[in-house]
Amino acid sequence: MSAVKPSPGRSLGGTLRQLVSGKHRSPLPGFGPGLAVTISWLTVMLFVPLMALIAKSVSLTPAEFLTAAWSERARAAYMLTFGAAAIAAVVDVALGLLFAWVIVRYRFPGRQMLDAIVDLPFALPTAVAGLVYSSLYVKNGWFGQFLVPLGIEGAYSRFAIVLVLIFLGLPFVVRTVQPLLSSLEGDIEEAAASLGASRWQTFTRVILPSVMPALYTGFALAFARGLGEYGSIIFVSTNIPYKSEIAPMLIYSRLEDYKYEEATAIAVVLLAGSITTLMLINWLEARNRRYAR
Amino acid sequence: MSISVQNLSKRFGDFVALKNVNLEVPSDSLTALLGPSGSGKTTLLRIISGLESADEGSILFKDEDVTTRSARDREVGFVFQHYALFRHMTVFENVAFGMRVRNAPNGEVRERVNELLHLVRLEGLGQRYPSELSGGQRQRVALARALAVKPRMLLLDEPFGALDAKVRQELRTWLRKLHEEMHVTTVFVTHDQEEAFEMADQVVVMSQGHIEQTGTPQAVFDNPATSFVMDFLGNVNVFHGRVQSGRVQMGPFSLQYDEYQNEEPRNATAYVRPHELDIDRSPSQASLLGKIKQINPAGSVLKVRVAVEEFGVELNVDVTHYRAKQLELKLNDIVYVHPRSVRVFMPETDYVI
Repeated sequence: MSAVKPSPGRSLGGTLRQLVSGKHRSPLPGFGPGLAVTISWLTVMLFVPLMALIAKSVSLTPAEFLTAAWSERARAAYMLTFGAAAIAAVVDVALGLLFAWVIVRYRFPGRQMLDAIVDLPFALPTAVAGLVYSSLYVKNGWFGQFLVPLGIEGAYSRFAIVLVLIFLGLPFVVRTVQPLLSSLEGDIEEAAASLGASRWQTFTRVILPSVMPALYTGFALAFARGLGEYGSIIFVSTNIPYKSEIAPMLIYSRLEDYKYEEATAIAVVLLAGSITTLMLINWLEARNRRYAR
Repeated sequence: MSISVQNLSKRFGDFVALKNVNLEVPSDSLTALLGPSGSGKTTLLRIISGLESADEGSILFKDEDVTTRSARDREVGFVFQHYALFRHMTVFENVAFGMRVRNAPNGEVRERVNELLHLVRLEGLGQRYPSELSGGQRQRVALARALAVKPRMLLLDEPFGALDAKVRQELRTWLRKLHEEMHVTTVFVTHDQEEAFEMADQVVVMSQGHIEQTGTPQAVFDNPATSFVMDFLGNVNVFHGRVQSGRVQMGPFSLQYDEYQNEEPRNATAYVRPHELDIDRSPSQASLLGKIKQINPAGSVLKVRVAVEEFGVELNVDVTHYRAKQLELKLNDIVYVHPRSVRVFMPETDYVI
């Protein structure tokens, strides 16, 4: 997959040294400057701000940090943030796989249109998404007028948060699964059929395991997107502490009270949580990818 | 199990892939479907396997009509050109797949898979993934996988097409031997006449959706039924001429041709294989004078190109190394070329002049 791949039996360090010394120059141009720009960019744009965030929170004493970051209100907010993001990501994985399948495998009028529309949540300002969702699901909205009498509150509820996160995360799954799915040769399905597998067996034993790595990646992306989402949720949620307040909202309200240290403490916990989750998913994906070399 | 293909036709949109094809594949035989790309050979194989359905006609396995049965129920082993292995499964699980979906007990699966891995000479590689194997090894896994379910027949679609020449040659010999041990009716598709002739008991030559000729390799090679078959099975030198009253007239010389005794002259094409031409230093009856343009060694023979000015053609002649040494052939030598045998075909839709 990677373009610059150290040849087997040679360490990456060895390869780097050779590249630098110029004894064995890679035919691929621009390794030196490319790496330099990448590292400086990451340092300035990602690493330094993250360090500043942690440094700010460290100015609190451990006891203060704990009260700020682990209060009952904060814990409720974490639960909601991680929970809603996880549920939405799971739904996105199922829906995204179906979408990608339909787009890749079938030819029908409007297919390209559908393919393009999938990306819409990428481009739409999330506040607009939030506004639209809440207006659809309120008691007299287009969906709400039918759903609310049934007890389904699609606006100003935790369910509403999940709904809007599903909307925002879907393209991540579709776009990661789609290329892998189209790279699967149709003949593996034929092979499975000729070996006596039913359609369901072909799907669960052949297709699903083949796209599993992409599903992990898609899940991770949709999940991370959900964790960081703020703009749309403030519109669809009631933002009541302990009930429907997400962690980013809590950070915002702390900032409004000029409690910068407390805000960063919560942010650090959120960050640690998401890094752990992403690493876990990465590990799962790597373990699953052994065959795909 | 014998296969009977009856009046089979298939179209893809406007393209006629097969038209009214009839074929008998005897039980336990090794049959080659041979033809250029687009001749319909793969389509025919896929219809036999059930991966494709026919527009018209029927497929019989022994006496049983399987035309409407799906691939899943035909119990046919199919091997794909690009292996179509399940890349997320180990070699062992790939071979076991057919038994797993039938819920075979674990012990039985292990026994059968190990037996097959031994058969395809891949013992000890069961825990590898397909990406860790060479092309030849992958194709052997695919073969073992197809055999695991004890198929009623084995169908192979250009099985060695994606492999390099040496591995191809090895696998051909090996598959032929395997076939003799297993006695499973086998049909394979190839565009390589050498492959077909080397392996098969029966060769089916196809072109443009129909069968040109069916027969043993020897019969097809010695007595090509049509000019297409003649042309397709290796190099030929082509002469255009006329037939009339039992003789073929080609430029300055003529040959006996008993098949056409009619008075009226017709266009005809004569084909001579490179190994059916002789080179000599002195003229003989019905020989052509030419100049040697090129001498290339090709395995057991020398391929010599002789330019014949009289006809405005260049002839390909296969000369044995011994004969070439004897004649001391060099570039630009003037030599006489004469055919030992000639095949004449008259186009079916020829205008009688």
